[in-house]
Amino acid sequence: MADILFAAWLIARKDLAIEFRTRSAFLSAVVFSLLGLVIFYYAWDPTAVSAPDLAPGVLWVIFTFSGLLGLHRSFGVEAEDHAIDGLLASPVSREAIFLGKALANLIFVGAVQAITIPALVVFYNLPLGGVAAPLIAIAILAAIGLVAVGTLFSAMAVNTRLAELLLPMLALPFFVPIVTAAGQATAKLLSGRPVIEASAWLKLLLAFDLVFVAACTLAYPFTVED
Amino acid sequence: MRLAWLPTIAGAAVLGTVIRAAFFTPLEAKQGAAQKIFYVHVPAAWVAFLAFFLVAVASGVYLWLRDQRLDRFAESSAEVGVVFTTVVLITGPLWAKPIWGTYWAWWDVRLVSTLFLWFIYVSYIVLRGAIESPTLRARYSAVLGILGAFLIPFIHLSVYLFATMHPMPIVGKPSAPSLPNEMLVTLLISLASFTLLYFAFVRSRYNYAVERDAAAARTASDA
Repeated sequence: MADILFAAWLIARKDLAIEFRTRSAFLSAVVFSLLGLVIFYYAWDPTAVSAPDLAPGVLWVIFTFSGLLGLHRSFGVEAEDHAIDGLLASPVSREAIFLGKALANLIFVGAVQAITIPALVVFYNLPLGGVAAPLIAIAILAAIGLVAVGTLFSAMAVNTRLAELLLPMLALPFFVPIVTAAGQATAKLLSGRPVIEASAWLKLLLAFDLVFVAACTLAYPFTVED
Repeated sequence: MRLAWLPTIAGAAVLGTVIRAAFFTPLEAKQGAAQKIFYVHVPAAWVAFLAFFLVAVASGVYLWLRDQRLDRFAESSAEVGVVFTTVVLITGPLWAKPIWGTYWAWWDVRLVSTLFLWFIYVSYIVLRGAIESPTLRARYSAVLGILGAFLIPFIHLSVYLFATMHPMPIVGKPSAPSLPNEMLVTLLISLASFTLLYFAFVRSRYNYAVERDAAAARTASDA
């Protein structure tokens, strides 16, 4: 188990080093998210729906769409020159490759969130007092489920004729429980309700994470064998 | 060809069901003729869920045994399942508009779960169409077939945390069915005939897949 996690960490570090040196996907995901905040703000009538009421939905919709940008890159970089073959030939288990890819994606999505959420608080004038900690917990739980499913489908989509067109179609149905739970829980918190009222949604997120991290890690080896 | 009689029997059974439902089953007191759609909607929904359950089972066993027949069965069942799911999604709103006063209810567990069955298995078909290699296609679609089955309970649970306004089940509930006897018999007959129709469609679709693969193999060996 420790070897798998160590190998996963090495793979994640490789992906993050590539991303850190090019910053291509990260910058586009951050700018996409900030633009999303602006577009959603002007798409609604501010006298009918106040900004804090709109914020949870906006945040989690942007989260999934900007996540897709990073997820597609995850295996997209391996497609060039068949780089994936080098990874598969290396003496690490397939599960470690998957976990490493997913870990790099988790850090990517987390970094985008670390910029988007403060920007949302500022632009949408959110009352953040006391809800910052539970909101971060929701963000972490949501991100884990998103990258588990998204990493697996990214690995599959790059090998199809439709490539990046297929990823949203495969992944978005799976993101719906995440967006629903995270959005509803955030709405409860921002409207000043106690955390306990959001607990059913948090449990749903946790269950989703457990089921899909396990299922996708076990399923990944089936997608790369020869 | 084996089971060559199946489509004829299934077609006759469905025709018989339609006649019985239209002319030999009493009108429902409050809903009138609108309730007749029940004899299409409920069996189609049963077949839709059966089809996708069998896709998931065939997918799981495929990854274990690697038998091409299982992949062809999953392919066929998913396609037939999408057809029946489409029927459910069309008949439901047609009935709901006069009875509920609205075509669609986002807070209803069964409506949204059925919609997601449709989404997942349409993307399953698109995924299959986007992969050339037969073994890669079989493995990828098996993975999606299994994960799709894991997703449905989460969709169900998400919507359940809202609330439900779908008519509660009146046949499979613990106490005796509250449906009048003639209606219950018609429903059971239509469940049986739709199930036959499902197997007839899957059989035809499966035979098509066999011939397609054989033709592809011939072309490959000629080349």
